Amino acid sequence: MPILEGQGVTKNFGGLAAVSNVDFHVGQGEIAGLIGPNGAGKTTLFNLISAAHPLSSGVIRFKGQKLNGLKPHQICRMGVARTFQEIKLFGNMPVFQNVLVGAFFGTPTRISAADAAREANQALEFVGMSAMTATLVQDLTLVNQKRVEVARALATRPELLLLDEMMAGLNTAEVSEAMELVTKIRDKGITIFMVEHVMKAIMGICERVMVLHHGEKIAEGTPQEIVTNKEVIEIYLGEETRAAS
Amino acid sequence: MLQVSNLNVFYGRSQALRDVSLKVGEGEIVALVGANGAGKTTLLNTISGLLRPASGHMEFLGKRIDRQAPHKIMQFGICQIPEGRKLFTDMTVGENLEMGAYTPEAWKRRKETLEQVYQIFPVLKERRKQSAKKLSGGEGQMVAIGRGLMSTPKLCMFDEPSYGLAPKLFSEVLEVIKRLREQGITIFLVEQNVRRTLETADRAYVLENGRIVLEGKGKDLLQNEQVKKAYLGL
Amino acid sequence: MDITVFKSKKLVVVGLVLLILIWLATSPLYASSSNIRLLSTILMYIILAVSWAMFSGPTGYMSLAPAAFFGVGIYTAAFLYARGSPLLPLPAVIVAACAISFVIALLVGLVTLRLKGIYFAIFSFGLIVLLGLIVQYWENQIIGRRGQHVVAEGTETVFYVMLAILVATLLVAYFLRRSRWGMAMLSIGGNEEAATHMGVNTTMVKVFTFAISATFMGAVGAIMATRWIYVDPSTAFNPMYSFMPVLMAVFGGMGQLYGPVLGAAVFAYLERILRREFPAYYMIVFGVILIIVVLFLPGGLVGLIPKLRDRLRGVIAKLRKGGQTEQHANT
Repeated sequence: MPILEGQGVTKNFGGLAAVSNVDFHVGQGEIAGLIGPNGAGKTTLFNLISAAHPLSSGVIRFKGQKLNGLKPHQICRMGVARTFQEIKLFGNMPVFQNVLVGAFFGTPTRISAADAAREANQALEFVGMSAMTATLVQDLTLVNQKRVEVARALATRPELLLLDEMMAGLNTAEVSEAMELVTKIRDKGITIFMVEHVMKAIMGICERVMVLHHGEKIAEGTPQEIVTNKEVIEIYLGEETRAAS
Repeated sequence: MLQVSNLNVFYGRSQALRDVSLKVGEGEIVALVGANGAGKTTLLNTISGLLRPASGHMEFLGKRIDRQAPHKIMQFGICQIPEGRKLFTDMTVGENLEMGAYTPEAWKRRKETLEQVYQIFPVLKERRKQSAKKLSGGEGQMVAIGRGLMSTPKLCMFDEPSYGLAPKLFSEVLEVIKRLREQGITIFLVEQNVRRTLETADRAYVLENGRIVLEGKGKDLLQNEQVKKAYLGL
Repeated sequence: MDITVFKSKKLVVVGLVLLILIWLATSPLYASSSNIRLLSTILMYIILAVSWAMFSGPTGYMSLAPAAFFGVGIYTAAFLYARGSPLLPLPAVIVAACAISFVIALLVGLVTLRLKGIYFAIFSFGLIVLLGLIVQYWENQIIGRRGQHVVAEGTETVFYVMLAILVATLLVAYFLRRSRWGMAMLSIGGNEEAATHMGVNTTMVKVFTFAISATFMGAVGAIMATRWIYVDPSTAFNPMYSFMPVLMAVFGGMGQLYGPVLGAAVFAYLERILRREFPAYYMIVFGVILIIVVLFLPGGLVGLIPKLRDRLRGVIAKLRKGGQTEQHANT
């Protein structure tokens, strides 16, 4: 049974169908990718999984349990964590406290202050931010802000991690580091579902890729299959990218 | 067209730009590549007048611009398309675009310019009555570019236009940039997506830790060993 | 070395607080009646400012409702502690005021805390007017008489009840701040959407904290009623009891717990003096002070302290080096 699956997932905003009758699944322990042109509905799909928006119709299941009608904090406690396309750190707290919030509230059972602090420290060490725990988040570079967002999500002890355009704005070397980090996370037993435009990451670490276009799923397969798919090239990659890969 | 000489810019106490000199000739596409934190956005913000240099000077079409207010610099014909969209979220797409034509001359030609922008980005015409808040990341980027174009600039400065864009869309943006150059607009392009940028640019500079460390023709830099290792991951 | 310094600093603070409390508790023994009344008023404002800051500070939700719950407390006393026919003894009346304020705040919170920033502020302000009108209607139609008479309590009783409420408010505010609940509130203020995705039940945290803060506002209203002894809808539901605590908390500084305490104490005392000297223009002085604080002291009085401390350090360092001709580079 896949750890995450959706059937007939649809979301309408007014008259606009942002996501239209999408079936999808993510297997446990996979690194799955979600790509598509801008406005295709990728972040909306993530918002439906994390319950930031309610579904218009269809059903999403996590570990067999229906997510319909649940609130975001409940879904987090079930084991689904996410990062955001526009980084949403708590600007009024330093790095450590940001991650501590995740450690305290992300677990279904009450956790002691000492355990939460330990959880937070581990998460920060995992992403390589142990040296900057007291820094205010506004003073961080983009890369480090993304690291803290990941640490905060990890502190909630997820089984599934949704990464929304984590690689945006990173240069080649930083993308490689981020790819290593994502692989490390998966090796800890956490399933990864990532929205990306940086094809290097999609090609490099994703085992399966889904393609959305105008809210519908138009292709699905291994990265190699996707990158040679005619329709995907036409609507998303463009000829130059195909030539390059 | 644009000449920057010996620019030194500080952010609080730390020095963001050290002795930076570059020039952008009329009708050129010039690129500036470099890592995060190297100072690329700082340089653009200084040219636009949002930041004051500690020393050095900048000239645009023969006029000194280093002590001018940003709106004046815009009236001289420089536009900056900022990193990360920075849209007016309380306005619609169409209103955002109109705001780009704020200067008197641009305002007079706004209907014509708007049609041109819609030709380049047809999806914006579809969404022109939609609130800018509802756009996806990449759509917002398109609006930001369109808004910059509405000021009928002579020099257009792009800050990381590839951010959050699908590969095909970024290719289209690069095509747009080439077409703008054909229409007589000079382009200064700051980017992290080094390969495509160097393929498109006539000339390029490499910025590291606030200093210009390399300069040359786009195609030449693509072959440069330093560039290959540091930025192309080869 | 750091830990011992920290611990001894804490002891000093605790000792200081205890001293102040003892001084306050014994003041009726040696202070004049009018000074005790002044102190009661100051305590009232401190309670309102601290309980306002308890919710609005960390969450960033600007509430203008203190006057509404203050009025709820006043009228709880008016109905349960009416002159000539009190239904309950004073302590029970205070508790009832707490309970009723809590429940009303819970209901109001559930409905309005989904509103964004400015809309919540406006709605919370509207609550003052709404409750005032409801009470007015009740008085007109059901009772047939405007205004109620409350049992009169002596200056000392009022003072001691105020003091008790103040201690309770400060204790709750202190422990809330340091607890994970306080951290949850801060996360809501930092980025509410992210907070809910990290497992914070934002609705529950907001609504409950709002209700808890209302409890103290109701309590202080109930005891104030026994000093005013005659209350009517317009004096009970008076927007000034929202504006003043907010001003005081901002003036004192929201960064620390003692900020609103300081701000309220200074402001309340200032009000008494200014109102006596310049009854016509004292509000202008407050307006000017508020403008100055907003422009130059965004952290309030509390924000001034680190700046002063740095300045002082600089001065001491210079004095130490006095006499030496060598120039030390600024680091």
